[in-house]
Amino acid sequence: MLKGKVYKHGANVDTDAIIPARYLNVSDPDELAKHCMEDTDADFVKKVKPGDIIMATTNFGCGSSREHAPLAIKAAGISCIIAKSFARIFFRNAINIGLPLLESNEAVANTKDGDTLEVDLSKGLIKNLTKGAEFKAKPYPGFMAEIIADGGLIEHTKKRISRRRA
Amino acid sequence: MTLAEKILAAHANKKRVSPGDFINVRVDLVMSNDVTAPIAIREFQKLGVKRVFDPQKVVMVPDHFVPNKDIASAEQAKLMREFARKQGIIYFEVGEMGIEHVLLPEQGLVLPGEVVIGADSHTCTYGALGAFATGMGSTDIAAAMATGDIWMKVPPTIKLVYNGKLEKWVGGKDLILHTIGDIGVDGALYSAIEFSGEVIESLSIDGRFTMANMAIEAGGKAGLFGVDNKTQLYVKSRAERPYLVYEPDGDAEYSRVIEYDVSAIEPQVALPHSPANSKPISKLKNIKINQVVIGSCTNGRLEDLRLAAHILKGNKVHPGVRCIVIPGSQQVYFDALIEGLIEIFVRVGAAVSTPTCGPCLGGHMGVLADGEKCVSTTNRNFVGRMGSPKSEVYLANPAVAAASAVMGKIASPEELLQRVKVNG
Repeated sequence: MLKGKVYKHGANVDTDAIIPARYLNVSDPDELAKHCMEDTDADFVKKVKPGDIIMATTNFGCGSSREHAPLAIKAAGISCIIAKSFARIFFRNAINIGLPLLESNEAVANTKDGDTLEVDLSKGLIKNLTKGAEFKAKPYPGFMAEIIADGGLIEHTKKRISRRRA
Repeated sequence: MTLAEKILAAHANKKRVSPGDFINVRVDLVMSNDVTAPIAIREFQKLGVKRVFDPQKVVMVPDHFVPNKDIASAEQAKLMREFARKQGIIYFEVGEMGIEHVLLPEQGLVLPGEVVIGADSHTCTYGALGAFATGMGSTDIAAAMATGDIWMKVPPTIKLVYNGKLEKWVGGKDLILHTIGDIGVDGALYSAIEFSGEVIESLSIDGRFTMANMAIEAGGKAGLFGVDNKTQLYVKSRAERPYLVYEPDGDAEYSRVIEYDVSAIEPQVALPHSPANSKPISKLKNIKINQVVIGSCTNGRLEDLRLAAHILKGNKVHPGVRCIVIPGSQQVYFDALIEGLIEIFVRVGAAVSTPTCGPCLGGHMGVLADGEKCVSTTNRNFVGRMGSPKSEVYLANPAVAAASAVMGKIASPEELLQRVKVNG
């Protein structure tokens, strides 16, 4: 069960906003996390607590393919991202590295910045504890659920490779 | 099936695929660069395999922060170089490299009908040659480097048809900026784009690269062009292996078909801070600028430099402007040198750099300060993209960028020519 405060954003949050390219000369997640969202909200990294949740409307994570973006968000302590829709490379990257993403129009429409949410990933349930409302996230297609269940793409691929060898 | 579906079906050993199908796709080339390879290598090493699946199908290009801009990026480049040499994969060192999306097609490493994945969002550029090419993250690239395949969801295809006659100074960049302005930055989300119509047939290969390159700026997974004589001519002298040409079926199903009459389209400028914020240049009045960048994976090819040089020749870069020209590859640089373009750039007071992505993503070679404005032939103008979060980037074609460099403000080539005439 994930629980945290919501940081709410609008549409088209791009990967340059999530982690500016000037910090891409390193790939250590903890180093990257120090600069997460800093051009949009300079105090974000100071304010965010482990478990907190980022929420956005449409096309979250558009722009570059940099995996540094979900890595920075995850290492900053964010437990999951809820949006109406995600940019496709960001979606793959987040799933691959084990940062949960949920799509729910209703949750986004009925949640304010600063509300507290509780998320049950196994059931796809999003509870807004501030408002006392409950929403259902779009289920993952079977194929992606498998990658998530394996713990990300690397573990999933390891399994595939060992099956091939067997 | 659409062009994208045909290529994907062939690479998944299936007779037919439909949008929404999850398939495992054989890849013909797996690419990464000095920013994305270090993470891909780290993840690859967790897989427990010693060698990449085929060293001739894995390529690494140092281009983003190279020649090394600081110690940290030097370390990243070194890590990649050592991995590449140890694995015996395709690698281009500084002095022979170029911006990956200019370099790989030029070297014959991407051919029609192939599937290419790259840890760079602008991998979609290769769609210009009739390949299915798409950007992914480092972990996807790590898995594919080990197995030679990757999972994909078959995208629906949006067909864009361009008819009419192009106005002077209007090219691929203007068509794609106009299109993104029309459909929005998520207008092609999760979709493949098929570019077609009489205008596309008359467009040069360099112009097609520019359009395919920015498919991602509409959220697209790929942007494909059909293969014609121009493609064959481009590919023939470069290909060192056979390739297959696919065509969309007559009864292919498209999620959307949009037709554009290009006759009324002027040179376009995308204002800060979105590529979808494109406006006809005549609507922009007196926007003073500090810098111009001509280059990148979008507009760093020979045709782009020819166009810029044509406008700049006999003029001087405005005293209030830094004009930076970056040929997209060593070959482009060499050709521009032999043709006398580099001499023109240097004479007019532009700074010419060795190939690098550099300023496009605020890396080096032209980072912007607070409050500065830049006209750039690159592909993104997000907040902070080229440096300070308080700077502004205006996206345009190379002719507009060159004219603006001389005028010291955003200007059309026509405006510059008028001024030259008046001043005799």
